[in-house]
Amino acid sequence: MKNELLKLLETDARYTPEQLSVMLDIPLETVISYIDELEKNGTILGYKTVIDWEKTNRESVTAMIDVKLTPQRGKGYDRVAEKIYNYPEVQSVYLMSGAYDLSVLIEGKTMKEVAFFVSQKLAPIDEVISTTTHFVLHKYKDTGVLYDAVLDIDERGNCN
Amino acid sequence: MDYSKVLSKTIVDTEKSGIRKFFDIMETMDDVVGLTVGQPDFVTPWHIREAGIESLEKGKTYYTSNAGTLELRIEIDKYLTRRFGVSYSPEKEIIVTVGGSEAIDIAVRSIIEAGDEVIIPTPSFVCYAPITRMAGGVPVIIETSVKDKFKLTPEALKAAITPRTKMLVLPYPNNPTGAIMTREELKDIAEVLKDTNIVVLSDEIYAEMTYGHEHCSIASIEGMKERTIIASGFSKAYAMTGWRLGYLCAPAVMIEQMLKIHQYCIMSSPTTSQFAAIEALKNGDDDVKMMVEEYNRRRRYIYNGLKGIGIDSFEPEGAFYIFPNIGQFGLSSDDFCSRLLYDYKCAIVPGNAFGAGGEGFARISYAYSIKHITLALERIEKFVKTL
Repeated sequence: MKNELLKLLETDARYTPEQLSVMLDIPLETVISYIDELEKNGTILGYKTVIDWEKTNRESVTAMIDVKLTPQRGKGYDRVAEKIYNYPEVQSVYLMSGAYDLSVLIEGKTMKEVAFFVSQKLAPIDEVISTTTHFVLHKYKDTGVLYDAVLDIDERGNCN
Repeated sequence: MDYSKVLSKTIVDTEKSGIRKFFDIMETMDDVVGLTVGQPDFVTPWHIREAGIESLEKGKTYYTSNAGTLELRIEIDKYLTRRFGVSYSPEKEIIVTVGGSEAIDIAVRSIIEAGDEVIIPTPSFVCYAPITRMAGGVPVIIETSVKDKFKLTPEALKAAITPRTKMLVLPYPNNPTGAIMTREELKDIAEVLKDTNIVVLSDEIYAEMTYGHEHCSIASIEGMKERTIIASGFSKAYAMTGWRLGYLCAPAVMIEQMLKIHQYCIMSSPTTSQFAAIEALKNGDDDVKMMVEEYNRRRRYIYNGLKGIGIDSFEPEGAFYIFPNIGQFGLSSDDFCSRLLYDYKCAIVPGNAFGAGGEGFARISYAYSIKHITLALERIEKFVKTL
């Protein structure tokens, strides 16, 4: 039941506890206590809004950087991952299997700003062996949400 | 030219569907929040669409055999066996049709002749009586009632049977009421029908959409398969309305006759859709489950939402409609729905469109997002507060 609750909140964080209680057929107090518990134990980490910034006048570029590393004795990749994720411009850091070690998603105002981050902050870290930067040209879908979908047009025919 | 002498009297006399009239008004208005649509708001799952596309890419643009591809008929049999415990011979007892609608049409036409009576429980989907009349038959209407949870009772059935009765339409899970029939209730119906020559046309298009009870097909009850025609399809369960694909299952002696009608007026059902449907039956169980879970959440949401604004409803157990009792507000179904539409820009369908017994009720579809349903409920609430 908790997983069902989480799935619903993942699709729309603005569902009210009252709505969730009816949709899941569990008492309102239970919904409230579940959410409280899941927030406290760190399962629910936050509630964010999905925004297509391309539709605004805010300048931004996103890049995915493949980073190869030398692991540190006794600490593996954790210490260096921490060094990287502490930069506020870094959106995500994933440890990967395969040809490189970390995948770093970074957002900056301009390409120059991202390039500056890579050359001045990321590449100089001792454990970093190499970086490959890929700029995102257009987002089609992100975290399950379509970016170009035309909203609220119901084309279904009324025929029965 | 005197068209009154040209056009078929039977067709001219056939009434335009009550739902249609209402939709025509609605379509002339802007910013209407409608809860009227009788089809899923999901898009056909991608792997199913892809199978259709792939068949086109491979040039599969021919007619199939009249009854549909054997591979699809084999999958239909496997599906019905797996889900409802009824098995049909893919070679002799299944026809792939153009939607459930064609299935109903050719089932009626292969059984009904001038003067034959067809028993139709209402409120129910609008096509049964007109199709019966077009075949020369006589519809005999049973009005089910909210106190029986809109189920067909054996007593009502017995009272409607005459020596001319040839067919009983069994429209469950029901559009518009959301009623279902359980195995025990169907056994009582079967008891009335055994030892008669009455054929059951069981319209099971909403079979996957039940909440709380698994759907039971009357064909799975002892002694019933030999007198039952199942009409079903892919539209609702797999969100495939536009593909126009359904099927008929019946004893071979009936199918042999039905196939003649299908052969002469349809030839074969859309080939692209048949390839998509094979994929749906092979790998679509999880999609159906996901969609049904979502309908169930909306069902509870709208049932509670209506209750919260003082509108009582029979709690639906199947399909994706709720049929609230609006008679308490002292308006006819037509007046209630018209005023709601004109003054509050919210569209629901008057219950009398589904038979006279639907007067005092309205059909609300919950094949819409929670957000959309919430918006509609707000408008309905504003309206009923003025009554």
